[in-house]
Amino acid sequence: MTNFAETFLPANIRKHPALFWGGSALIAIALAALPFVLAMQGMAWVRITNLALIFAMLSLGLNIVVGFAGLLDLGYIAFYAIGAYTYALLASPHFGLHLPIWVILPIGALMACIFGVLLGTPTLKLRGDYLAIVTLGFGEIVRIFMNNLSSPINITNGPKGISTIDSIKLFGMDFGNNTSIGSFVLPGLIKYYYFLLFALMVVIVINLRLQNSRIGRAWEAIREDELAARATGIDTTKLKLLAFAMGASFGGIAGGIFSAIQGFIDPTSFGLTESVMILAMVVLGGMGNIWGVIVGAVLLSFVPELLRYTVEPAQKALFGRQIIEAEVLRMLLFGFAMVVMMLFRPAGLISSAVRKRELSQHQAPKEA
Amino acid sequence: MTTILEAKNISKRFGGLTALSDVSFAIQQGHIFGLIGPNGAGKTTMFNVLTGLYQHDEGVVSLNGEPLTGITPDRIAKLGVARTFQNIRLFNNLSAIENVMIGRHVRTHTGVWGAITRHSGAKREEAAIEARAHELLDFVNVGHRANDLAKHLSYGDQRRLEIARALATDPKVLALDEPAAGMNATEKMSLRKLIGAIRAQGITILLIEHDVKLMMGLCDRIAVLDYGKKIAEGNPAEVQRDPKVIEAYLGAAVEIAA
Ligand SMILES: Nc1ncnc2c1ncn2[C@@H]1O[C@H](COP(=O)(O)OP(=O)(O)O)[C@@H](O)[C@H]1O
Ligand SMILES: [Mg+2]
Repeated sequence: MTNFAETFLPANIRKHPALFWGGSALIAIALAALPFVLAMQGMAWVRITNLALIFAMLSLGLNIVVGFAGLLDLGYIAFYAIGAYTYALLASPHFGLHLPIWVILPIGALMACIFGVLLGTPTLKLRGDYLAIVTLGFGEIVRIFMNNLSSPINITNGPKGISTIDSIKLFGMDFGNNTSIGSFVLPGLIKYYYFLLFALMVVIVINLRLQNSRIGRAWEAIREDELAARATGIDTTKLKLLAFAMGASFGGIAGGIFSAIQGFIDPTSFGLTESVMILAMVVLGGMGNIWGVIVGAVLLSFVPELLRYTVEPAQKALFGRQIIEAEVLRMLLFGFAMVVMMLFRPAGLISSAVRKRELSQHQAPKEA
Repeated sequence: MTTILEAKNISKRFGGLTALSDVSFAIQQGHIFGLIGPNGAGKTTMFNVLTGLYQHDEGVVSLNGEPLTGITPDRIAKLGVARTFQNIRLFNNLSAIENVMIGRHVRTHTGVWGAITRHSGAKREEAAIEARAHELLDFVNVGHRANDLAKHLSYGDQRRLEIARALATDPKVLALDEPAAGMNATEKMSLRKLIGAIRAQGITILLIEHDVKLMMGLCDRIAVLDYGKKIAEGNPAEVQRDPKVIEAYLGAAVEIAA
């Protein structure tokens, strides 16, 4: 547990064990109780929370590439797609394969990782806008492939997507079904919530530890000044590829879990909008700041849903009919929030140190 | 006397501009070797060639007799050539101590697995990195700013921090590009002491500097560049007397002769 405390908490809290254990216990109880409170409002909210947790994992993966290494990646959703399709193809009636999760998730991570290196290799010399455009293209290409790989050999089932994907089964427990303990029923979605919460904690620990390590510092050096990093002895080629590979692997795992929870996937979940959304979560929270990124992911997952549940009824009550769709309003607010952020808090809501090089117009001079 | 770093017949062109033309010199182990010349003479370009940041058009650079042709900057740093930049290039949004810790990267090994698991070896290495970085920060007199962001340091501290980062790579040769630029007289005095202390550790130093007095006092040997050509080389007294050097400096001639 000391390790856990070291990783998670600032020094001043670690010094007061009572405060630390008390605080941790409170947070743990709140997180454990949360799905039951949400379920009282309807299971839809648990589903939304689960998606928020998946997006938090995704944002943390992208944060390695954008936040740590400073490589602007607009096609990150492709790795999520690759992970999701890997799971769907290996655990559904589509090919009649039903491999267990502990086999598929590593395969999904590996597939995503390979594609991460494939994307990283030709783009090593690109930065900023140029890299953004190439990665954006990559994301679209992967989606288009998913859409069209239904003939001549049907691999992805095209736009119809893949359905009846296996749920996660671990330790003899099926996460897809409710579990009854006496008269108490634990819904599958809540089981998934705990599963995701655990997975997210693992991802957080990995991220925090990477950041405060020789590897994380080397990434940050590349982000700050690539040329100085090279002159200081950092193999920028290797480390950039490592960032792409690590980020992609997290995306692949998140995709696999998404596939299992949804039970159905099609290419529409993996478009440019989703890529931009994840990047926005990273930027909104504060690039490179792990807690900031999580806040960004949770905010951007919940606010649109809150809008959906409040704006439409409010309009009906006020005007008797719906004038602006929630979806439209969502995009409007979203764009507005981004502009306001860039103007007033370009380093994100939470920023320990100012991390704004990649998105600012002050590019480091190219030559020494 | 053994030659540690040698440049042989180096030429470097930028389009039509010849920034370096057939420049040769050899730096002896343990020396402080000065590179002087008017602005635009090609001194920084020479540094960039030596550290692999520029590909030169002709000639060979060798370290301990091994040619460095086609070797990337990070490999050259690993082989033992570290440098600072004329226009300071720190990792601005990282703390002073992190900047120096990054300098240890090339001499340490912890990978992704070690970083995530924090096994005992990784922990030990991380502690050693931090301890060495603190030592170096104290050595260059920036210890009291360890946790401040590099960009918030004063100009003189930034220059010294850059030296600490370079020293963290355990260099055999340390190349300093105008380390005294923008420093006041007191700061220059302490820089001079620092350079002396670095040399005392057996590190060979290659120094570009405009402050002639500083150069004459510090260097064992000086090469003079003008319009990309080497016009003189020798010990400080010889260089000072050389009529070609005096001519190249023109306005500064009086100062040099003095
Ligand atoms: N990357 C570059 N591209 C084009 N010209 C350059 C480049 N770097 C240096 N030069 C030119 O080479 C010449 C030598 O520059 P430099 O080595 O910086 O001089 P010094 O350091 O002696 O003042 C100058 O004319 C400069 O404009
Ligand atoms: Mg120069």
